[in-house]
Amino acid sequence: MNHEGRALRRIVLALVLGGVVLPILAGSLQTLRAAFGVHEALRGGGYSLAAWEKLASLPGFATSLRLTLVSGVGSSVVALVLAVGLCALVHGRMDEARSNRLLTPILAVPHAALAIGLAFLIAPAGWLARLLATLMGWQSPPLIASVNDSWGAALTGGLVVKELPFLLLVMVAALGQVPVAKHLAAGQALGYGRGAIWLKLIMPQVWPLIRLPVLVVQAYALSSVDMAIILGPSNPPTLAVAVTRWLSDPDLSMIYPASAGALLVAAIVVLGSLGWLAAERLAASLGLLWLTRGQRGGRAAAGLLRFAGGTAMAALIVGLMSLVVLVLWSFAFRWSFPAPLPASWTLQSWAAPQMGWGRAAVYSLGLGVAVTALSVALAVAWLEAEDRGGMGRAGWAQGLIYLPLLLPQIAFLYGLNLLFLRLGLSGGLVAVIWAQGLFVFPYVMIALSEPWRALDPRLIRSAASLGAGPNRRLFRIKLPALLGPVLTAAAIGFAVSIAQYLPTLFMGAGRIATLTTEAVTLSSGSDRRVIGTYAVLQAALPFAAYGLALVVPRLLYRNRRALRGGY
Amino acid sequence: MALDLQDLSVTPKDATRPLFAPLRLRVTAAEVVTVMGPSGVGKSTLLDAIAGHLPPGFRLQGSVSLDGRDVTTLPAEARGIGVMFQDAVMFPHLSVGDNLAFGLTAAVKGRAARRKAVEAALDTAGLAGFYARDPATLSGGQRARAALMRTLLAAPKALLLDEPFSRLDASLRAEIRGFVFDHARARGLPVLLVTHDSEDAAAAAGPVVTL
Repeated sequence: MNHEGRALRRIVLALVLGGVVLPILAGSLQTLRAAFGVHEALRGGGYSLAAWEKLASLPGFATSLRLTLVSGVGSSVVALVLAVGLCALVHGRMDEARSNRLLTPILAVPHAALAIGLAFLIAPAGWLARLLATLMGWQSPPLIASVNDSWGAALTGGLVVKELPFLLLVMVAALGQVPVAKHLAAGQALGYGRGAIWLKLIMPQVWPLIRLPVLVVQAYALSSVDMAIILGPSNPPTLAVAVTRWLSDPDLSMIYPASAGALLVAAIVVLGSLGWLAAERLAASLGLLWLTRGQRGGRAAAGLLRFAGGTAMAALIVGLMSLVVLVLWSFAFRWSFPAPLPASWTLQSWAAPQMGWGRAAVYSLGLGVAVTALSVALAVAWLEAEDRGGMGRAGWAQGLIYLPLLLPQIAFLYGLNLLFLRLGLSGGLVAVIWAQGLFVFPYVMIALSEPWRALDPRLIRSAASLGAGPNRRLFRIKLPALLGPVLTAAAIGFAVSIAQYLPTLFMGAGRIATLTTEAVTLSSGSDRRVIGTYAVLQAALPFAAYGLALVVPRLLYRNRRALRGGY
Repeated sequence: MALDLQDLSVTPKDATRPLFAPLRLRVTAAEVVTVMGPSGVGKSTLLDAIAGHLPPGFRLQGSVSLDGRDVTTLPAEARGIGVMFQDAVMFPHLSVGDNLAFGLTAAVKGRAARRKAVEAALDTAGLAGFYARDPATLSGGQRARAALMRTLLAAPKALLLDEPFSRLDASLRAEIRGFVFDHARARGLPVLLVTHDSEDAAAAAGPVVTL
């Protein structure tokens, strides 16, 4: 390794440790201390368990806990089953590029926007009811609580709809590494049915490749705040929402049980992850017994898979309809109940950016661009440092990348904000950019790593043998040749930034209102036309970013056949 | 000009024995030395060692020197050793002419002079008027000639050829081979050719080393 390589490596390591790992650890430590009665600003007593006793005695605590477990674990299990079913159903009939195009809209749309759209769709007087009313002759909306229901069913469904495309994306990528067609042929030659082959032969090979994304999905589902505010019950809400409320309670002593609650969410996430790993062990040993018994039938398995696949299709359609209904409402003027479409249209809310969405859109856009630029720069520096160091990524480094995604945001963001307060950063753009970057950087890194490594190494060797040093190779060969993947990673990062709720809420200290924080605030009881406008904008920004990532390389490289395909 | 290998051998990562016996070899100006041997014996690794492209973890014994200067520890870009790979890889984002301009030594200064040097090289390669072409649209023979020109424009002091003719049509192979050898000899470059095609060795008309 040359000197330059070593220096770059040290800089990247320092940035990642100081910029990502240290804030998470410091924030978690603050939460941990407050959960056991120690908080600098409040000058409470010494270490005690009072916070936990208080937490357990708060009204609705048990219900909140149950809601968190049911919606978090339930939605991840259901989303995984649906993803497996759909893959088994359409594999070999749909190529990767086409399925990615279908999934991208729901992937790119921020959680809050999708949740609002879903609420507009399935509410008692929602679009679905209006469409049905025409068929069934209903004159008034059905009397059921189909959103914010006390069981958390709407929330669970919303999480499934949002996470399913992500799991499908990683499964399609994983299936690309498994010789599915050969295994299907071999299994069928032995007399096994399609469903049995998927469960007995394909899934055991796919699981190790999707294990980490499944854990990320569950960590999100167990600790989501924005989706739970919009779709979940409000009294009592899920644990993460309750903690968020207690943290902003005028009674400052609520910070103690809130911190204990945040720690409990973190513990649930860790235990939930361990649960998956234990289930994996169990399935491996029991599954082996099942697999070696040689039962060919598997008709039940095939039926289950087909049912799951069909349900997954329905979930995707619901997701797309949620996006459509957002647009309808943002342009609707008069839209009374049984009508399937608005009676008259208006540009009223779109014509009035001064009502608030103009400012919020500027904040969202500016923050997104800044966070994405910093994250892409750090990711490129990291990957380049790996190249110059001539070594692959160690397991611990891969762990560092995933760390912010495997922990609940609520567990460390509030504590981190206390630190930012002391540093005088809180409430400023720097604090929000930093906090968002904790979650944008990992996704950029994950998206860019694979294509970066797939770049033909002979290009780099040729450039070196022509006398090009490391910097010239990076800026003249690698980055231009990887323009498509770099822009795609940037678009993903930008979408993640737009979707951030808690980092903006906490670090912005209420002074920085983005489309997402505003949409969540407005979602309870505001005019649907206004909410629709915010949510459509929230979805439109990431769409535009994905569009640019698709179009720019094609325009720049319209005469470069080798770079046009793929992205 | 001469390329000297003094007792050169390479031990792969996690291996205990070197790939081949220590190699002592001198390639003089305008001479083509052919290295032959079955696949997997380490022919490409030998070229990687000489050009400075050994993967991390590989251990090198002995030394490489060029015109009496020891280059063993220099990075690839500082060695002044040109390499032509099997598929004549072109940079996909640059036009054919810009590929050559990327290779052209910085000693040629001024936009006009650089453009002229590239156009002249394209002309020599029978690619006049190809400056703006997408490299992905070149035929195998055109790509090989363009890649050689790109390598020569960097003004290397030695040339390594890693089976550069093996993917070409039989009818084209003799022509490209002659083109490469003629240009290398005209510049007085020491050339080391790795191949498993005995016709290549015969055409090179130089010493043959078997690994």
